Amino acid sequence: MTDSVLDTGAGPAAPAAGAFPVAGLPADASGGSPKTLAIEAIEMTKRFPGVVANDRVSFAAAEGEVHALLGENGAGKTTLCNLLMGLYRPDEGKLFVGGKPVRFHSPRDAQDAGIFMVHQHLRLVESMTVAENVVLGWSPSRQLRFSPRKVETAVAEAAERFQMPVDPKARIWQLSLGERQRVEILKALYRGAKILILDEPTTVLTPQEAEQLFSSVHDMAGAGRTVIFISHKLPEVLSVADCVTILRQGRSITTVPTAGTDADDLAGLMVGREVSLEATTKVPDVPGPVVLELTGVSARGDLGAEALREVTLEVHAGEILGIAGVSGNGQRELAEVIAGLRPTTQGQVTVGGKQVPDGDPRAAIDIGIAYVPEDRMGTGISPNLTIAENLVLKSYRGKNMRRGPLLSTRKEIANAKVMIERFDIRAPGPRTLIRQLSGGNIQKVLLARELSSDPRVLVAASPTRGLDVGATQYVRGILAETARNGVAVMMVSEDLDEIFELSDRIAVFYNGRVVGVVSTAEANRQQIGLMMAGAS
Amino acid sequence: MTGPFKIERRLDTPKWLKVAVPIASIFLAAIIVGILLLATGHNPFTTYHQMYSASVTADGALSSTFVYATPMLFTGLCAAFAFRMRTWNIGGEGQLYMGAVGASATGLVLGDWPRPLLIIAMILGGAFAGMLWAEIPALLRAYLRTNEILTSLMLNYVAGFFMYYLIYDSDSYWRDLSTPGASVFPTGKSLVPSASWPGITIGSFTIPMGFVLGVGLAVALLGLIRSTRYGFEMRVMGDSPQAANYSGIRTKRKILSVMAISGGIAGIAGSSQIGDFGHVLDPRGLEQAQYGYTGIVVAALALYNPLAVVLVSLLIGGLTNAGFALEGPSFPTGLVGTMEGIILFTVLGGEILARYRIGLHHRAPTTVGQAPASVTATGAAS
Repeated sequence: MTDSVLDTGAGPAAPAAGAFPVAGLPADASGGSPKTLAIEAIEMTKRFPGVVANDRVSFAAAEGEVHALLGENGAGKTTLCNLLMGLYRPDEGKLFVGGKPVRFHSPRDAQDAGIFMVHQHLRLVESMTVAENVVLGWSPSRQLRFSPRKVETAVAEAAERFQMPVDPKARIWQLSLGERQRVEILKALYRGAKILILDEPTTVLTPQEAEQLFSSVHDMAGAGRTVIFISHKLPEVLSVADCVTILRQGRSITTVPTAGTDADDLAGLMVGREVSLEATTKVPDVPGPVVLELTGVSARGDLGAEALREVTLEVHAGEILGIAGVSGNGQRELAEVIAGLRPTTQGQVTVGGKQVPDGDPRAAIDIGIAYVPEDRMGTGISPNLTIAENLVLKSYRGKNMRRGPLLSTRKEIANAKVMIERFDIRAPGPRTLIRQLSGGNIQKVLLARELSSDPRVLVAASPTRGLDVGATQYVRGILAETARNGVAVMMVSEDLDEIFELSDRIAVFYNGRVVGVVSTAEANRQQIGLMMAGAS
Repeated sequence: MTGPFKIERRLDTPKWLKVAVPIASIFLAAIIVGILLLATGHNPFTTYHQMYSASVTADGALSSTFVYATPMLFTGLCAAFAFRMRTWNIGGEGQLYMGAVGASATGLVLGDWPRPLLIIAMILGGAFAGMLWAEIPALLRAYLRTNEILTSLMLNYVAGFFMYYLIYDSDSYWRDLSTPGASVFPTGKSLVPSASWPGITIGSFTIPMGFVLGVGLAVALLGLIRSTRYGFEMRVMGDSPQAANYSGIRTKRKILSVMAISGGIAGIAGSSQIGDFGHVLDPRGLEQAQYGYTGIVVAALALYNPLAVVLVSLLIGGLTNAGFALEGPSFPTGLVGTMEGIILFTVLGGEILARYRIGLHHRAPTTVGQAPASVTATGAAS
């Protein structure tokens, strides 16, 4: 390595002079001159037992280019990143950085070549300052003294240059998630990143923060950096990237410039079939009798404060009641009360006129309430059990899974095979551990289990959060079909589009109360938006 | 970080490896201990031969190995069963004491019952006492969310003091006050001869009844864990208590019942100490043996598998037996403990290493070959 990034920066990873090694790169790389390839992957293959995670994946990105890797959950994006950053070694294929072949044995090797990654889950020491985090574990020089002021100045300069305002002296715990992400990016830039990989960076950001990030990304590209942007969100890929490489089932399908494509095309390439981003048409039905009824229900939240206040609602057979509201206004508590996971302080819940015992999940299940929880991994499934076992998580008590007094593994596996087929669950087999599946497939397992008990009520909390386009589409279809079959469906969602697309009626929550219930046909967005903000 | 080897996590471990690794680990431990023996001026081969003879071939050696193995079998099952559900019952030691107290009380009170009934009563008496003792940390855990590791551990000391109190510091029912010397050298009351459990004797070799009982229990526990609803609920609870609650499992009752079974097994260890071997409540002997704590080691080495507990208890029992036989002026007393420690270290270390695949860097993966298309089309990797 070089003697000092701060002073001369003559090494391969820190090519520039000045506090921040930026000037050495062509400032107008995005201009008309022929671009040099910053990174090129040729037919990279990575196998895991039973699965080819990356199958001859190729892509190339020029200096100063923002290149998006787009794919569904499980398409191989994460594996490809881990290959690029030296965490995995490819079984086959070649990687070129700056035109030279490279072979990484560790993330450090990749960093020496200028490849840095900003993970979805940030890796910062909370009790240390921004400047300390930036230099932590990085010792390119032989000098023993750490000069906080120099680092702080350098960080502040870069922060200004790339429009990523952050106070270098602030401690990480004082920062918002968006600011922390900026620290991660600055850290990579400080260490001489030429190629920056951002792994689904907008997941933790508010829409405003995301906008800000996009403009920083453009600034970095303008300064000759290559940004690899991983995402499964089409609008942001279209707005931020120059080129998109689409991954599907471990293969790189194609690379297209964003200028000549649109969301429908990309969605089609990503999912491998024609998808329409238009609404799933919902046939308006004559509502059936009231099945689920809440009368004056109140309950406390996790911190002991009242989170639900005298909620009165009814859901009819065959309809979807959408629960809209800004997150944290009692929607989660509402779903948990109905599922018996949270005791009430007053009021009652009835299904078909029969009272549901308070705070008893088993009684709720027995009376016919199915529940798809918001916290899929933590509550909805037992991650280290197999798919087959997770599919009988609620039905193992029944006669169908037994042989005499014992549980029948054969019936369990047979049941799993049927469900895998019926719900199109992509998995090596029924005995695969469920935590190895992608988010969409886990959600399918959950829905398969909840619906296989022939419920009278289905409560689905944020059922499509974090899912890719294909899986979202699928889950929405299942919800609509469930309602058509006469189940009373209650769907909690923060996504207004989803609410409008699926619901027959919309109940808006604010501060633990139902602000109003409107029929979707008569509702408009402004009205719902106002109600969500507390106006009745 | 860089080196000639590459280490990757295995997604699934082949079956043969699960058996081969522990065996290889024990050999590795033998090699390490061999070096230790050489360093202390012993010939490893003669020492190993001596150990083998002292625990297996010598006159009465095998019988005595079983004597040591029997309590470890029970306490090993006690720990293995509770640990399966991530309920960390460290209280096997105290539950064993209380089991011994309960079994000796039953044996003393019901001394005039017919022998089979008396023996069954002793087993149940010990199991019941152990259960009750285990329910204290269980109730605290289920309803007040205290950490059962701490409470069950501390209750071991309480149980120990209680046992001493019964024999040394009080005129309790358990203490022998009939002879004049009894106040100077306090002992417990001896049980009637019909309260001693029959062993299975083949020539000069005797298997204690407790061991046979323990093997039966191990088989039953394995069945319970593997193929009943009860075992399924344990697996869900151990993996994710939230998911268990969500799926309608009564989680509090589950903790109480698993701790009851676990404590009951440790209680039977106490029964067996009274019925099979001691025939008298002997606080000092029980405390020095530390079978409850050894049971945790046995359970860990057996990877919480009840049937493996049977084998491991014999192995550790044999080692303990050999250790007592070897101890002498020229042989360091701590060496047996060291060997047990090294075995634990290598077996658990081997278990972790078995989850990884180690290979050379620059070798082309020709053995993997072209994967069939059907394999590639899975959504499992991400």
